[in-house]
Amino acid sequence: MKYKSVFDIIGPVMVGPSSSHTAGAARIGLLARNLFGGQPDHVDIYLYGSFKDTYKGHGTDVALIGGLLGFDTDDDRIITAYALAEASSMQVQFIEMDEERSHPNTALLHLVKGTERLTVEGISIGGGKIEVVSINDYPINISGNYPALLVFHKDTFGTIARVTTILGNNRINVSQMNVARKEKGDIALMTIELDDTIESAIIEEVRQASGVDRVIEMKES
Amino acid sequence: MFKSIQEMIEKATAENKSIADIMIAQEMEVTGRSYLDIHKDMERNLEVMESAVEEGFGGVESTTGLTGMDAVKMKKYIDSGRGLSGELTLYAIAHAVSTNEVNAAMGKICATPTAGSAGVVPGVLFAMREKHDISREDMVKFLFTSGAFGFVVANNASISGAAGGCQAEVGSASAMAAAALVEMAGGTPEMSAHGFAIALKNMLGLVCDPVAGLVEVPCVKRNAAGASNALTAADMALAGIESRIPADEVVEAMYKIGLTMPSALRETGRGGLAATPTGERIKAELFGEQ
Repeated sequence: MKYKSVFDIIGPVMVGPSSSHTAGAARIGLLARNLFGGQPDHVDIYLYGSFKDTYKGHGTDVALIGGLLGFDTDDDRIITAYALAEASSMQVQFIEMDEERSHPNTALLHLVKGTERLTVEGISIGGGKIEVVSINDYPINISGNYPALLVFHKDTFGTIARVTTILGNNRINVSQMNVARKEKGDIALMTIELDDTIESAIIEEVRQASGVDRVIEMKES
Repeated sequence: MFKSIQEMIEKATAENKSIADIMIAQEMEVTGRSYLDIHKDMERNLEVMESAVEEGFGGVESTTGLTGMDAVKMKKYIDSGRGLSGELTLYAIAHAVSTNEVNAAMGKICATPTAGSAGVVPGVLFAMREKHDISREDMVKFLFTSGAFGFVVANNASISGAAGGCQAEVGSASAMAAAALVEMAGGTPEMSAHGFAIALKNMLGLVCDPVAGLVEVPCVKRNAAGASNALTAADMALAGIESRIPADEVVEAMYKIGLTMPSALRETGRGGLAATPTGERIKAELFGEQ
């Protein structure tokens, strides 16, 4: 079940005009910012389907930028997001894509700051609810209802065991886990959904584990 | 978590509770939060709805100028006493228009279940307050009941215009409002489900065809239609009229209709009213395209 709370239905409180195209877009931007770990210098935003066709009218562009600036759905500053992005030296470019994606409301954000890069693909499924469907082109399937760890790691034996051992030793229960890779022996992505939020010291321990490349913490939305 | 309207109704009937209370109990169980916290959040949502309604009656206009000021017209018309419909319906229309005009003007609203359909539930709720003696607590409970029905729709079908057309947005909102109206007026949970089913059936097939892709034309007026349809369905259910097709099957029908709807009619601004000569002209004037 995708919707778990009554406030997914009666809510969110938001700046209009569209829950999927404005509030959902702001949430995709905000989530991308959080996954990136701060504000990027430059973002390329690829828009698909209904997002591409109607983003100007729905304020999808200002909402995405607002989210990237750290604004939530009910923040009035979304309306002036273009000017605020310029003032804080964040460059944003929108690219309209004709190709069809799995969901009509899809935005793919490519965030850059110095040598750091992250690609986040989000979909807005209605009423302001969103899902992340891929990160750095790795398909992921997480609800966002629970905290999660995204662990990029070398696709060799033992890495998964080392990571889950660290979690087990710290008495952390895994509720759902998924591993995806693009090519054998390359970098793979482990998506681990957890029952509770995790202490930063434990995340650091995972980060130090042999074979682990990068760890991103995803808080529940 | 309840997976169907049937399950929700059975639970409410067996435990002799209102649907609102069943919804709150589930929310407590799923989130681990207290009754008071959950209740407070809904009160806050109610306050946002109230401010939006008031803002609209003060007169707002969207940046495009396509919508706005109609809530003011509607209010004056009600005050003139010349209205054809009963005052409850007239107020529902006025409040729905007011909320959605504020939404179109990028004002602050509470999505119920979406922003494009945000006028329907508050529309009938504030109309009830205008014409009947209802408490703040009744109003909060109304929102939980609406939310309970919307919750099932969102999980079993869709509340997104891009996925299911306007039937998924204004249709869902109208059915949610009808169910909550029945409960507020003292109907049984089963009667609420019939009210819900009747309202949604009347909205099946409604496409999402916003002119220039904006949540303005025809969205604002469709919210008024959703609000008055909710009152129609609620009155029928309270009269003891039953829906021949059970509520859950109506939800499934709505979902399947959405799946077969062409993308031009699902919030792309490419079909229906958006593709009329006037719709195309408005788009060209606003964005200078085609």
